[in-house]
Amino acid sequence: MSSIAQNDNILEIKDLHVVYETDSETVYAVNGIDLSLKAGKTLGIVGETGAGKTTTALSILRLLPQDIGKITSGSITFNGQELLTLGKSEMQKIRGASISMIFQDPMTSLNPVNTVGDQIYESLMLHNDEHKSKKELEERVDAILESVGIPKTRKKEYPHQFSGGMKQRIVIAIALACHPAVVIADEPTTALDVTIQAQVLAMMSALRDQLGMAMILITHDLGVVAETCDDVAVMYAGEIVESGTVEDIFGHVRHHPYTEGLFGSIPSLGSDAKRLKPISGLMPDPTNLPTGCSFHPRCPYATEKCREEKPEARYFGTHFVACHLITGGEPKNDE
Amino acid sequence: MTNEANPILEVKNLKKYFKTGKGMLHAVDDVSFSIRKGTTLGVVGESGCGKSTLGRTIIRLEPFTDGAVYYEGENVFEYNKKQVREFRKKMQLIFQDPYSSLNPRNTVYQLIAEQLVVNKVYKDKADLENRVRELMDIAGLAPRLVNSYPHELDGGRRQRIGLARALSMNPSFIVCDEPVSALDVSIQAQILNLLMDLQDQMGLTYMFITHDLSVVKHISDEIAVLYVGQLIEKAPSDELFKNPLHPYTKMLLSAIPVPSLESRSRKKEIIKGEVTNPIDPKPGCRFASRCKYCMSKCTEGDMELKEIEKDHFVMCRLFD
Repeated sequence: MSSIAQNDNILEIKDLHVVYETDSETVYAVNGIDLSLKAGKTLGIVGETGAGKTTTALSILRLLPQDIGKITSGSITFNGQELLTLGKSEMQKIRGASISMIFQDPMTSLNPVNTVGDQIYESLMLHNDEHKSKKELEERVDAILESVGIPKTRKKEYPHQFSGGMKQRIVIAIALACHPAVVIADEPTTALDVTIQAQVLAMMSALRDQLGMAMILITHDLGVVAETCDDVAVMYAGEIVESGTVEDIFGHVRHHPYTEGLFGSIPSLGSDAKRLKPISGLMPDPTNLPTGCSFHPRCPYATEKCREEKPEARYFGTHFVACHLITGGEPKNDE
Repeated sequence: MTNEANPILEVKNLKKYFKTGKGMLHAVDDVSFSIRKGTTLGVVGESGCGKSTLGRTIIRLEPFTDGAVYYEGENVFEYNKKQVREFRKKMQLIFQDPYSSLNPRNTVYQLIAEQLVVNKVYKDKADLENRVRELMDIAGLAPRLVNSYPHELDGGRRQRIGLARALSMNPSFIVCDEPVSALDVSIQAQILNLLMDLQDQMGLTYMFITHDLSVVKHISDEIAVLYVGQLIEKAPSDELFKNPLHPYTKMLLSAIPVPSLESRSRKKEIIKGEVTNPIDPKPGCRFASRCKYCMSKCTEGDMELKEIEKDHFVMCRLFD
């Protein structure tokens, strides 16, 4: 993967639409998002439950639930190669080897009846293109375990013998076993205590730099984003309402009212504000999204225009906002 | 702890051990504190440190091992069954998980009316109905939801039902066990605001159990930090965040991810290792194996909670 220059986009999503179709209803989970991930960088995707964060991640790996989850349009390219048209076996070669995923819940994402060593070995064996011997692969398992801070002597143990933080380290070890170019981490530390979260995040950042991976970090915690990401995309009801570099999103410029609301909802350690400023109302029903701007029913600044017209994306350099209230900048350009 | 300013609840040397196959699990070990009427005590700590057990033991949902809890001057551990039933009306609990703490086969009306019916509060059905509607209004639930089932509602609304249930008997003390941990931030903020408004209006006293330090700072007057069953530091909220004394508290505070650009350049102190085993703990400080200031005397004898400054208590040999 070293052939790509630092600034090139290793992964690009264009106008992605994903629906979940059942007999009774259609859920519009992702509605036309554009995302790009630069090689060696970390992109944070922030949003609340049901915003479409995990669906986006599953779409990249083509792991949407069969027959229900459908990508209706758009494109996802990895190193210039279109992923959405790939055959099953070609996709399997990419999954786990070039793009891998760290799942949210370490308690349920490991197989309880296999030793942790075997679970890491499995991933190496499936992508053993260089036909290495069993001994070489076992040595590799030892090295990977040590790199995530677990003594190799524990590789014959089962998941239940590890604590939550240790289990997440093993999940990370499996994801990184084949040195992927892109790792998608879906709420990797949400189930962990703060001190363990700090350990795991520090380890992930160190490994990312060491292995030169790019990372997509899905989270609802703006603090985690501020500390680990280079770029940020804020998702709401299947759309990206604002994106930019960390400096753009956390800096003192005009933000999307939803981003503003997210910040107002977090109790701050620094200030002594006695009341929080929550966003009123609830997430919209994804089977029946509002007209116009999907945030308008909860937006304190909503006007007639917001109810009727979808806001156009405006670019301010690296910063991008989709809101009628924010004017100026440049319109979206599809080169 | 001193008796000043009428504490509504006083916990003295409370111990709660569980017998396990491997030995005695010290879930709560010799914890003492008091809560003043109308204030909030935040209880923080990592998973398994005994925070939930502490809350449940105080309101007699779990049998205690040793110690005493005084509620308005009376020792609740000496209550008989009938007295406990009366006491429970004044003490309520809001559970962590709004998805599993509500009976899925009951409607919102049945759920909120349950305690009122069990305790035969109203003879007249119309009075009961009025009270349920009033409680729904207090908790911010729209009247149209009265016949809905929990599965039709989102987490925030379910937690509002939990709150309406807790308020139905006009309690004076509520143990909130991670009431917002399962909720999205925007909904979490709505519930936190509601809890604080209700405290102002009704003069409620809260014991607020959480692992989220920014939430606890926001809602608490005083904060108690638990580590493997022991209360290792207690101070007024602002004081604890400005001047944490115990090495564990310091590291816990530095581990919080802060949503600002300044935090990117901040050098973090990362605690090594994980929480020690609460089964038959070794003498001395339980944090010793992870502490960078550990001295030889830290692994000997019983630890003591000492008042270092006014209202600021800490259990650490560095302050001997």
